[in-house]
Amino acid sequence: MARNKEALVLLLDVGPSMHHLLPEVEKICSMIVQKKLVYSKYDEVGVVLFGTEETENELTMEVGGYEHVVVLQNIKVVDGDLVETLKKIPRGTLPGDFLDAIVVGMDMLIKKYSSTNKGKKRLCLITNGLSPIKDPYEGSKEDQVNAIAQQMTSHGMKLESVVVRESVVLDENVSVMEENDRILNLFPKRTCAKMVFVESSTSLLGALKTRSISPVTIFRGDLEISPKLKIKVWVYKKTSEEKFPTLKKYSDKAPSTDKFASHEVKVDFEYKSVEDANKVVPPEQRIKGYQYGPQVVPISADEWDAVKFKPEKSVKVLGFTDSSNIMRHHYMKDVNIFIADPGDQNAILAVSALARAMKEMHKVAILRCVWRQGQGNVVVGALTPNVSDNDHVPDSFYFNVLPFAEDVREFQFPSFSNLPASLLPDEEQQEAADNFVKMLDLAPSDKEEMLQPDFTPNPVLERFYNYLELKSKHPDAAVPPLDKTLKRITEPDPELLAKKKSAIDSLLRHFEVKQNPKLKKSMKRMREKPSGSDEEDNYRRITSKNKVDLIENGVKVEKIGDLTPVQDFELMMSRRDNPEWINRAITEMKNKIHDLIEDSIEGDNYPKALDLLVALRKGCILEQEPKQFNDFLHQLCKFCLEHDLRSFCDFLASKGITLISKTEAVDSDVTEEEARNYLVKREAKPE
Amino acid sequence: MELDPDDVFRDDEDDPENEALRQRASSKELVVYLVDASPKMFSTNCPSEQEDQKDESHFRIAISCILESLKTQIINRSYDEVAVCFFNTREKKNLQDLNSVFVFNVADREFLDRPTAKFIKELSRLEEFFVKEIGSQHGIVSGSRENSLYNALWVAQALLRKGSAKTADKRILIFTDEDDPFGNIKGGAKADMTRTTLQRVKDAQDLGISIELLPLSQLDREFNVSLFYADLIGLQGEDLAQFVPAAGERMEDMKYQLRKRMFKKRIVRKLTFSVANGVSIEVHTYAFIRPTVLGSITWLDSVTNQPIKIERSFICADTGALMQEPPKHFQTYKNQNVKFSVEELSEIKRVSTGQLRLLGFKPLSCLKDYHNLRPSTFIFPSDEEVIGSTRIFIALHRSMIRLNRFAVAFYGTSSHSQLVALVAQEEIIDSGGQVEPPGMHMICLPYSDDIRHAEELHSGTNAAIPRANEDQIKKAAALIKRIDLKDFSVYQFANPGLQRHYAILQALALEEDDLPEIKDETVPDEEGLARPGVVKAIEEFKLSVYGDKYDESDNAGHKKVSEASKKRKALADGAVQKSAQYNWDALADSGKLKDLTVVELKFYLSAHDLPVSGKKEDLVKRILTHMGK
Repeated sequence: MARNKEALVLLLDVGPSMHHLLPEVEKICSMIVQKKLVYSKYDEVGVVLFGTEETENELTMEVGGYEHVVVLQNIKVVDGDLVETLKKIPRGTLPGDFLDAIVVGMDMLIKKYSSTNKGKKRLCLITNGLSPIKDPYEGSKEDQVNAIAQQMTSHGMKLESVVVRESVVLDENVSVMEENDRILNLFPKRTCAKMVFVESSTSLLGALKTRSISPVTIFRGDLEISPKLKIKVWVYKKTSEEKFPTLKKYSDKAPSTDKFASHEVKVDFEYKSVEDANKVVPPEQRIKGYQYGPQVVPISADEWDAVKFKPEKSVKVLGFTDSSNIMRHHYMKDVNIFIADPGDQNAILAVSALARAMKEMHKVAILRCVWRQGQGNVVVGALTPNVSDNDHVPDSFYFNVLPFAEDVREFQFPSFSNLPASLLPDEEQQEAADNFVKMLDLAPSDKEEMLQPDFTPNPVLERFYNYLELKSKHPDAAVPPLDKTLKRITEPDPELLAKKKSAIDSLLRHFEVKQNPKLKKSMKRMREKPSGSDEEDNYRRITSKNKVDLIENGVKVEKIGDLTPVQDFELMMSRRDNPEWINRAITEMKNKIHDLIEDSIEGDNYPKALDLLVALRKGCILEQEPKQFNDFLHQLCKFCLEHDLRSFCDFLASKGITLISKTEAVDSDVTEEEARNYLVKREAKPE
Repeated sequence: MELDPDDVFRDDEDDPENEALRQRASSKELVVYLVDASPKMFSTNCPSEQEDQKDESHFRIAISCILESLKTQIINRSYDEVAVCFFNTREKKNLQDLNSVFVFNVADREFLDRPTAKFIKELSRLEEFFVKEIGSQHGIVSGSRENSLYNALWVAQALLRKGSAKTADKRILIFTDEDDPFGNIKGGAKADMTRTTLQRVKDAQDLGISIELLPLSQLDREFNVSLFYADLIGLQGEDLAQFVPAAGERMEDMKYQLRKRMFKKRIVRKLTFSVANGVSIEVHTYAFIRPTVLGSITWLDSVTNQPIKIERSFICADTGALMQEPPKHFQTYKNQNVKFSVEELSEIKRVSTGQLRLLGFKPLSCLKDYHNLRPSTFIFPSDEEVIGSTRIFIALHRSMIRLNRFAVAFYGTSSHSQLVALVAQEEIIDSGGQVEPPGMHMICLPYSDDIRHAEELHSGTNAAIPRANEDQIKKAAALIKRIDLKDFSVYQFANPGLQRHYAILQALALEEDDLPEIKDETVPDEEGLARPGVVKAIEEFKLSVYGDKYDESDNAGHKKVSEASKKRKALADGAVQKSAQYNWDALADSGKLKDLTVVELKFYLSAHDLPVSGKKEDLVKRILTHMGK
């Protein structure tokens, strides 16, 4: 346990220019601590703020200086209080000096661990680098950085700097910013340090690794180009999906008085004979059966072992080929990285030479890999060069697994060019699409690439850990809606949409989409209706009974259309030929409203849905069916809350839609006050 | 299928069990093999492929071809149904009781049914009993009104009455070396027989049955299709000339097919793809590339060979009480158990209402090689529910290809959500047909927490990392040019492990004595690598990078490894010494092994290079086995 214990000191810029970013800083820092609480609860964390009014650190008492640096939290084992602390970081009042903060943080680590715990000590600096740093008492700033870097190296510390760089920088700040960038950039050259720039709050959330996983090689040995040329390499995982945590099953059987109950549930599997349900088959009597045609062939593990495919551990190059022969979508799995054995200078050179040559020639290497002895199968994959532009990071290769012939399914699809012209875009439409693709650019040349995987946090995991924290304090809390910053990952950026409105509008003008009228609504929507089948039956009964009727009376509305839904509804409600029409109209109207809300994007359908809802309300009062409306409104609000459409409830509340009260319809069991408060209360509750 | 108690966490996209079910329901193939068994088919006048083997009869070739095809089919599409039917036979066996037609079958199987191991095995033993039980005889002789070919077609057609034409693909395959079946009939009778036979064929075709011919040429005379069969299978003009050689190839294909489970094209999901401001189109997704898994495994009782039922039960760890599937899960956090209901968990995962939402576009260079987590999914538009979808899709597709961009979208379903890249793929066609269909491939992008930075682990703190110089890169380039795979395609390698698995399965099921040889296509071409040009390029590269120290550096590597294992070796040496202090035989005989401590037992085990894992009992057992007691 102790071997993997990490010590982390967060160095946070809280100066005035950082204030608007601090909510995001709070989120990422508390997330780091939260994940530590789950995955490595013996890790230790300290927090240093700079740019504060006050000064509070040991160095200032010992040697003076280091003003406006506050040690918010001394290095200690992570706990819930620390999460709390990080959730409300005090705002500072002065521009801070990040070099001072680095020295303070370093001093804390040295005092606590001296030179032990090498490689597990980390400093994390988050700043926007807009505040000037003081000139040192002696020597230049460079000398100061060199001295710090040397200290860090000798104590085996790492420095990670996250510099938030928003697009608008005032002119007077530019020189300061450049100077700071230069100084920060010295660190990666002198010591084990890393620096990243982020431009948006979303990428700030993804800029720091929130969970540290100690890397393990999956292979160490020769990359064999021919029996005569072998290069020593180590293979690691480059990507590996961080899964949703596996929660334990909860048992409430233990008496509440039992303080030490584990509440765990054991899952037990029993293998029983089909004929005799009481007979348990012991493990040694079980044998695996494999399907062969309609039969099952029993084969014991020993039999398999004797005959199965047993390739030798090796990683061999089959040859090189043009990178165009490998399609991007052929990549099968998470990605590995090949690094030359760090102790073998010649191997580093060999990998570097090959990688650079492959990059120049647009080639990839095809590999056959057996990572471990005893592995039951071989892996064939493509090795692509990863040429490093950082002097301290060696060149390497990425390795992607490719499919075997068996893995590719030969599905045929029609050629686009063979499709009828009615399905193909004309020139104008193509132009609109071209323009749309060009304008909706997530990687404009003058700005940071948006949604870069390396800086994009996983919204589901973020949401889970936030909820976990919330639930640890309020066990009954409901799942909060997705954080605003995280919405930038799941939904289009409204700012971008607004900016490129013309391109979008032109696309929409040129293309028309409509629901296929011949098809019924999709299954999904059918399910939302509580008693769809009954409704359907009623409808059929009505139509047959009233066929004659309809013909006699000429045009009678029997369906709510898309064009004039309100009028259709009113007409249907006023039909007196069969009482069923009212039910039918109400049901149709409900579905219509439901669909509108469900299909709306950024609330574009809300006004229309409101109109229908008002009409429905009126109709229900007139026909003395208040329960129908009230139930529907309940259901609708629930649906909206569940599907992240709370904005619609707010919209209704703002338009003064209420339940139907007793005063409006005698049959209602809702008092006037309840009716009026319904949506308002809804709104307040989840907070 | 693996038992996953946490259904909540399952990604529902690729459920192998479901896949099997759906496959069964989807369309299947019904095939009747019609094999001519006339005496002519048995004459050994066909050149054998290997010279040292004796010539084979046409009949034998046909049977072996069917056998190979069946062995593949039983793995690839085991729900397909087949019948093997001989005509021109002495005996008769068919439902219509027609002369000269014998439907081959084994017990517990309908005439047209799924192939079974027993069926294949009996068919392979056919020669042993053919003469006795079936017999060969000319079916069409002058003077008789009997028409065995007509009868055979009738029987085949009757067999194929099973299953609706909508869901099944029905075929009759005829193997014969007689290009003029009615050759020895004269006059009106010949015309009459030809006419009725062709009419029978036409009737069959009208019922949706396709009839194919696999002609077997004589050594001295090629099969002349135009004599009779051209009319039967409807060949004309150019096709006629190319038919015989093409049919030869098809026979070869039948024999050397890859054992591979076939999948019917089916839609994994119908998605709403929201493009912009409320405009959504309809797209369908397909699982185009998925790692093939071995067929499903059933646990059996090794005594009775009956399947075993697996029962899952939940037991409260505190009280030992049996309970229902618990509705809540928990995570220990800050020394307390934070509980979540299943509904809450699925609510957390539902982060998006739209199913596939376009977020924007990026240049293809932004999609790095390490931005991958799992196999891609293919997307193709559909106008089924939303009219106009295909048009927008194609327009975007074309723009993306032209501008070298990919789309970034958020793919969210109730159980799984992910940031994805949509890469437009242009259609690629070669002589064999469509290689890459047109459409978009959806590639899962990793999040920041999924990406690791292993390359930075060993970044030196002071010295810069060495980089290759121009000369070294040039030598590497020369080497790369030498070892070039020209037309590499991902489709070219069969999975050796999987092929081996199928081969073993077949050998065991059919009780074959020897395992069929499976060629591992994935081993490097050693011969090619030994060519002087390649060797020279390798040596030059080595000299340039390693100097004359290649061998030393190789040794150095070994030394380093040995340093790590030195400890282990020392331990083993110590164990040998210590082990020598015990009289193991005596201890074993007197049953006193169990009185020793685990540490002591391990002396023996490490001294004899045996695994030291397991409980004490296991250790004792292992020692006894090793001593042969």
